[in-house]
Amino acid sequence: MSTPESNREFMNIVVVGHVDHGKSTVVGRLLADTGSLPEGKLEAVREFCRRNARPFEYAFLLDALKDEQAQGITIDSARCFFKTAARDYLIIDAPGHVEFLKNMVSGAARAEAALLVIDAHEGIRENSRRHATMLAMLGVRQLVVLVNKMDLVGYDLDVFARISAEYEEFLHKVGLTAAAFVPIAAREGVNLTTRADWYTGQTVLERLDAFPMEPSPVAKPFRLPLQDVYKFTARGDDRRILVGTVETGTLRPGDDVVFLPSGKRTRVRSIESFHHAAPLLAQAGEAQGFTMTEELYVRPGELMCRADQSPPHVGTRFRASVFWMGKAPLLPDKPYKLKLAAARVPVRLAEIISVMDASDLSLSGIRTQVDRHEVAECIFETSRPVAFDLAADMQATGRFVLVDHYEIAGGGIVLATSDDDTQTTLADHVARREASWEGGAVALSEREGRNGHRAKLVVFVGEDDARLGEVGRALERRLFDGGFASYYLGLANLERGLDAEVLDTFEVREGRLRRLGELARILTDSGQIVVTTVSDTEQADLETLRALNAPQEILTIRLDTGPRDRCAGLETTLRLAASATTDILVAEVWSELGRSQILPEYAI
Amino acid sequence: MDSLSKLEAKSVHILREAYREFKSLCMLWSIGKDSTVMLWLARRAFFGHVPFPLVHVDTHYKIPEMIAYRDRLAREWHLDMIYGENADVLARKETFPDAAVDRLTCCRSLKRDALKHTLIGDWPRYRMDHTLGEYVPDSGGSGGCEPFTGVIVGVRADEEGSRSKERTFSSRDHENEWDVADQPPELWNQFKTDFAPGTHVRIHPLLDWTELNIWEYIEREGIPIVPLYFDDGSGQRYRSLGCWPCTNPVTSNARTVAEIIAELRSGCFAHVAERSGREQDKEDGGGLETLRREGYM
Ligand SMILES: Nc1nc2c(ncn2[C@@H]2O[C@H](COP(=O)(O)OP(=O)(O)O)[C@@H](O)[C@H]2O)c(=O)[nH]1
Repeated sequence: MSTPESNREFMNIVVVGHVDHGKSTVVGRLLADTGSLPEGKLEAVREFCRRNARPFEYAFLLDALKDEQAQGITIDSARCFFKTAARDYLIIDAPGHVEFLKNMVSGAARAEAALLVIDAHEGIRENSRRHATMLAMLGVRQLVVLVNKMDLVGYDLDVFARISAEYEEFLHKVGLTAAAFVPIAAREGVNLTTRADWYTGQTVLERLDAFPMEPSPVAKPFRLPLQDVYKFTARGDDRRILVGTVETGTLRPGDDVVFLPSGKRTRVRSIESFHHAAPLLAQAGEAQGFTMTEELYVRPGELMCRADQSPPHVGTRFRASVFWMGKAPLLPDKPYKLKLAAARVPVRLAEIISVMDASDLSLSGIRTQVDRHEVAECIFETSRPVAFDLAADMQATGRFVLVDHYEIAGGGIVLATSDDDTQTTLADHVARREASWEGGAVALSEREGRNGHRAKLVVFVGEDDARLGEVGRALERRLFDGGFASYYLGLANLERGLDAEVLDTFEVREGRLRRLGELARILTDSGQIVVTTVSDTEQADLETLRALNAPQEILTIRLDTGPRDRCAGLETTLRLAASATTDILVAEVWSELGRSQILPEYAI
Repeated sequence: MDSLSKLEAKSVHILREAYREFKSLCMLWSIGKDSTVMLWLARRAFFGHVPFPLVHVDTHYKIPEMIAYRDRLAREWHLDMIYGENADVLARKETFPDAAVDRLTCCRSLKRDALKHTLIGDWPRYRMDHTLGEYVPDSGGSGGCEPFTGVIVGVRADEEGSRSKERTFSSRDHENEWDVADQPPELWNQFKTDFAPGTHVRIHPLLDWTELNIWEYIEREGIPIVPLYFDDGSGQRYRSLGCWPCTNPVTSNARTVAEIIAELRSGCFAHVAERSGREQDKEDGGGLETLRREGYM
């Protein structure tokens, strides 16, 4: 097989279309006619077919796997190279059978151009349409339509014109335009690499070579999904390096950057490299690493942007178009995991706007679920804010996958924001819960009257977990000794108790926070001052706690460990130095409780 | 960006993704050119560090230069080097060609079984102790070693048929088996990174590289390569490395990386499979695929 050379242009193409319309034949023929097959391979397969009294098929040639030959269908996207005078191509031969849609999608997602094959005799079929819909969603915009098996219709150009016109109309609906329609007979090698005398247009190969290479999106605003933060201490290395692949734009040392959704800001100090000189510019397509002038704490998953450029959207709701590949349907209110750029966030389907049959684009009526192989427009809601772009503006940071029980089950593109904060499921949940709250015989106000103080949730946050616990317990002791009803809620007890049966590690953090909030709602309803701690937290977590603990109030206190504190930037009621003595810290919280009239005046 | 830089960026991204998602991760290092390029890519991705162990399956039939080279780089690059073996079969000498076993059976026990148990950690394995400069039994010897749930493997799609069907992140079930027909989708650069407990994952950062890309990158980066790939004056060199009883050199006068690249570009091997010097591939129409389905790389 020929191999691509790194000094030549290189393009990935995908061949799609309904099963049996001739994809394998097109691929086999392209390889054979460009001299890209291993020597003797074609003859060997022909010989094999002759001996077994089977008609020769190009598909056999491509079926490197025994498995496939046994089934008689191309199972996965086999990879083959061929070259022309213009450039090298890698063909991803995508299977046409609908059962293998996820293979087709995997192949096409990598492609820069597509050949879509339609059988002239059979005409446009279900997967001819479905595949085009997928190409549009996957962002493959360069397309040539091959009307194949022209020999079966006696090379009748009227048939060709009719199919072309009908299909062009369909493409228009999904937002695609074919660069050309080419009448071919793949098996006979007509109009693939050489032109038939009755045809004046470009051959398939000429049309491919005419496609421009996709320009690298350096002119767009800078986006780097933060993949990880490294601090390898081995052999005296004290660099703290933020890594990720630049999706769009450019960045230089000295540029101010902002991380979203956290909103933290800093400045780039250097671009790091191993074995090569430190680059002075990072640009789209590169996998890079940066050090910052301040060592602020950011989590993997954030989107690093330039402070001087237009920012992405940050929110918990968006409208998207999704295609579903899961065995189980996409259901509202079932937890899924959203993977968008480097972010991984729990997500729920909040609303199905419409479901479209990808094969004919017909819309179905009101639906309560999205089934396998359907395309739908939906509203999604994440449990924490995420940063994203609209796919129409910025492809790479405007698309996502949905994970259902360990499997990638859907892919989608963001169409629009849907900011409607009062409509979030959390607010809905709290409203519903409160509306049907089952009170006891004793009202909270009665308890507060007898206790001589009001109920409150006091939350210590910060990065030093042990210190938070110390101060929290000291406050509990002081309140108790002062004659007030107080309770220290140890998170470890929650982990080993209420949270014990929760196995999915991804859900644990979200779920734990939710259970903590619900428990706080109950404990504060019993009239106590509940003291607890949350380390390693984000603003959104505190908002979740505040919402769940409502209608009771929350007091948040951050114990600051210094300028490099990972929780710097959190907005809390109080900010105190973790290094102060426990007595002083407790006294500060005590007087705040007085100021906010939780404790009676005499106590202060 | 030229296509070599694009390939490099993509592989670095995949390695970082693997490191982010898998707590118990290792990289298989066969000492050959591909996995050595992969090791180099890890040093690029992690800024000179390699933050996971390298695992080598020692069949004890490897050409001796390979082991010397492995240990030299392990020391120079401060690698967390682990090797495993099928001690039983080696002790009983049930290997090709000494005993009456065919090549594939030999591969099965010396490679597939040894790899499987080295990864699970239930056979003894050995770890380089950098203060002693030699290998010591890994955490207590037999049994009780940490099992690896993420395994980085340097296969390339162009190498031979079965590998062209791989995903970048590919799961293997409890039995180490690979279901070729039912693989999860991969979209853009979102890979399957969620796995049920008990399954493990193969990660393939080199899928899109070709043999020529590998050599061009070795040249560009100046990566040290085991000398067996070069003609030592005999007019022969190895194009693919394995166990000596089953690996044949090819006829070639290439003595340097540049000469190998020129040779590949000239197309003189264009119609000869890269692994054609590997006898075990020939034994049953698809020896390698059978092995792979059963869990060998
Ligand atoms: N008559 C005719 N048959 C063709 C042509 N191209 C492909 N075929 C046949 O159509 C069938 C399906 O082709 P194949 O390439 O396997 O389709 P795939 O399922 O899309 O990959 C095979 O029997 C081919 O030989 C053509 O140009 N003319």
